[in-house]
Amino acid sequence: MREVMTGNYASAYGAKLARAEVIAAYPITPQTSIVEKLADFVTTGELKAQFIPVESEHSAMAACIAAETAGARTYTATSSHGLTLMHEVLIWASGARLPIVMTNVSRAMAPPWSVWVDHMDSIAQRDTGWLQFFCQSNQEVLDTIIMAYKVCESSGIMLPAMVIMDAFIQSHTSEPVDLPDQELVDSFLPPYSPDLKIEVGKPMGFGSLVKPDQYMEFRYKAMLGMKAARDRVLRVEREFKSIFGREHGGLLERYECDDADVVLVAAGSVAATAKDVVDSMRAKGHRVGLARIRSFRPFPHDEIRALAGKVEGMAVLDRSYTFGAAGAMFTEARASAYSVQKRPVMKNYIAGLGGRDITPRILERIFEDIQVVSRRGAEDEVEWVDVAGLQRRWR
Amino acid sequence: MMGKPTIPEPEFTFPGSTGCPGCGANLVMRYLLKGLGERTILSIPACCWAVMPGYWPSNCLKVPLLYTAFEATGAAMSGLRAALDAKGIKDVTIVGFAGDGGTVDIGLQAMSGAAERRTDGIYVMYDNEAYMNTGIQRSGSTPWGAWTTTTPVGSTHGFKHEAKKDIMAIMQAHRIPYAATVSVAHPEDFIKKVVKAREVKGFRFIHAMSPCPPGWRMNPMHIVEVARLAVDTHAFPLYEIENGKVRITRKGKGTPVSEYLKFQGRFSHLTDAEIASIQKTIDENWQMLLAKETSGT
Repeated sequence: MREVMTGNYASAYGAKLARAEVIAAYPITPQTSIVEKLADFVTTGELKAQFIPVESEHSAMAACIAAETAGARTYTATSSHGLTLMHEVLIWASGARLPIVMTNVSRAMAPPWSVWVDHMDSIAQRDTGWLQFFCQSNQEVLDTIIMAYKVCESSGIMLPAMVIMDAFIQSHTSEPVDLPDQELVDSFLPPYSPDLKIEVGKPMGFGSLVKPDQYMEFRYKAMLGMKAARDRVLRVEREFKSIFGREHGGLLERYECDDADVVLVAAGSVAATAKDVVDSMRAKGHRVGLARIRSFRPFPHDEIRALAGKVEGMAVLDRSYTFGAAGAMFTEARASAYSVQKRPVMKNYIAGLGGRDITPRILERIFEDIQVVSRRGAEDEVEWVDVAGLQRRWR
Repeated sequence: MMGKPTIPEPEFTFPGSTGCPGCGANLVMRYLLKGLGERTILSIPACCWAVMPGYWPSNCLKVPLLYTAFEATGAAMSGLRAALDAKGIKDVTIVGFAGDGGTVDIGLQAMSGAAERRTDGIYVMYDNEAYMNTGIQRSGSTPWGAWTTTTPVGSTHGFKHEAKKDIMAIMQAHRIPYAATVSVAHPEDFIKKVVKAREVKGFRFIHAMSPCPPGWRMNPMHIVEVARLAVDTHAFPLYEIENGKVRITRKGKGTPVSEYLKFQGRFSHLTDAEIASIQKTIDENWQMLLAKETSGT
C-alpha cells in the first residue's frame, strides 16, 4: 500500500511494522510526530506495545536498555540535544550488546539555537558503538528501521542501530512511501529472541564490574560484532530486496561512479539533490558521480578505497565539523583512501550547517571546484561553503 | 520471654560480598531480599552495591540484577516493568536499589519520573549519608554538621552547613501508595514494611538507614548500636506513609542526640553549641512528624 507521508510517520510505521514491544520516548523538535504517531498506534491497539512516556531522553534510552535486557524489542526516537543527552547510555547500550533501534532526526546543536538540519548530533556519537545509517528518502527510513532490527538482533552482531534522517527536509516533508504488508515483514523479521535475558530464577548480573585483565575482551568482542555488521548489512539488504523488491545501496550507494573522473561523497538528504546535479552535469559532458555514505558506522572503508583507486578527485561534503580536525566523513574517507597507490586529490567541503540550504547550484560549484583542484592539487584541504564574508563564488 | 521470630529464614545473599567490615548496606540488602523473596529483579546504579556483588562473573546475590547508569535507576525500573508487561510475565517484584547520592542528587529526576508514571516497583534508597563508594564526598543526604572529604573541617569554614534533604517528604508529595523508613537495628520492623510494600501495586519507596564505618569514622562493631541510637534520638525516625497517612512505627526514647553523634568521628569536631543546634532541629522535625501523624497526613 502506497501512502504519502513524512519521514517521521515513515519512522513510526517502521517501528510498528517491526513490532516494537516497548517504546520509551521524550518529545523534541522535530522528532515529536514520531512519538505522537506511536502513542496513537498503541492507544488504538494497532500496535501491541508498552509506551513509556519518560521524563528525559537519558531515561528513554535507560528504559530501552532495561526492557531490551529483559528480552523485549525496543524503539525510541530523538534529535540533537536529546541524542547528546543520551551519550552516556548510548555507550551503555552497545557495551551491553543490546540491539536497540532508534531514529535520530539530525538537527543542529545550540548555541545558537537552531532546530534545522545538521549532522553534528549524529557525528558526535560515532564512537558509541552504534551502527549509524544515514537515510536519503522517507522510504529508506521505514525500510532501514525494519532491516536494522534484523541486522542487529543477529547473535554475531548484538549492537544497537541509529537510523538517521535530516530535520524537516525529511522529518516534515511528505513523499510517497510503500507500506509493506505486515505478514511479509513478519516473514522477514522474526520475533526478538536473545540468547540471554534477565529473568527470575537465573541470578545473573548484567553489566558487572570487571578487572583490567577482563575488560578488553568485552570491547574486542563488540569490535568483532561491528566488523561482522558490514557483511550482515549487505546480506540483510539482499534478502530484503528479494521480498520487497527494493534496495538502498548497502554501505555506500554509488550513483554514476563507474566511469567518473571526480565524485562527491555525501550523506543524508543532500544526496538526492546531488543525483539531480550529477544528471545535469553529465548531460553537459562532465564525468561526475555521487557516492552516498549510507552506513557511517560501520564505515564503508573497502568501498571508499575501491572508489578512490578509480577517480582523480574526491569531494567530501560534511554537514558538521569536527573542531581541530575537519569534517568527520572527510577524515574517515581520507583514511580509507590512504592505502591506495594512486590516491585522488581529496577535499573537504563544510556546508549546510544549521539548516542552510545546499542548493543544486552549490553542489555544481563543488563539482567544478573538485574538477579544477584534482588537476592542479588541492589548495585548501577544508573549505567552508557559502559563509558570509568568505569566497563569493558560492553565493 | 522471647516471641516467635518473624524474620524469614531463607537467605538470598551468598557469602562473597566485597563490602567493608560492618557495612550497613550488606544488612539492608539481606533484610530486603528476605522480605521480597526469589521472584525479584534488582536494578542497581553506580553505588557501593555496584561493586559489592563481586567481580564478573561472580554474583553474591540469588536474584538477577541489572546494573545501570548512576542517574537511571527509576528509568531502568520502568523499562524492566514494561518488558515484563509486554511478555505477560506476572508476580515479579521490580526493585531499584540505589544509594543516597544516586537518589536524592543525580537520580532524583528519573525516580520522580518513575513515581509520577506509577511504575509498579519498589525503590530502595540505602542511606549512608554521603558518596561513600567514591570516598566520602558530601551528598544532598549528608546531615548538617558532618565532616566529609568535600566538607573538610578547617578554620574558616568546616563541615557541611546545609540540611539533609527530606526525601520522604519529596516522595510523599508524589502521592505514592507506600513509603517507609527502615533501620538495620530493627530487622523485624524492616522486613514487615518490605512485605507490606511488596503487596502494594504502584511505585513504592523504602528509605533505609545504612551506617558506614569508614565514612562515619566509627568502629564497625558499633553499627547496629549506632543505627538504634539514630532511631532512639529521633535523628532517623521509623515511620510509614500509607496512601498519604503517616504512622510512626517506633517512637523511640528521645535519647539526647549527643549519644548518637559521639560514636562517629565525622561529628567529633562539633562544639557543644553546634550539638545543641542539631538537637533543636531534631526536636522540631520530631514534633512536625508527630503532628503529621496526628493530622493523618
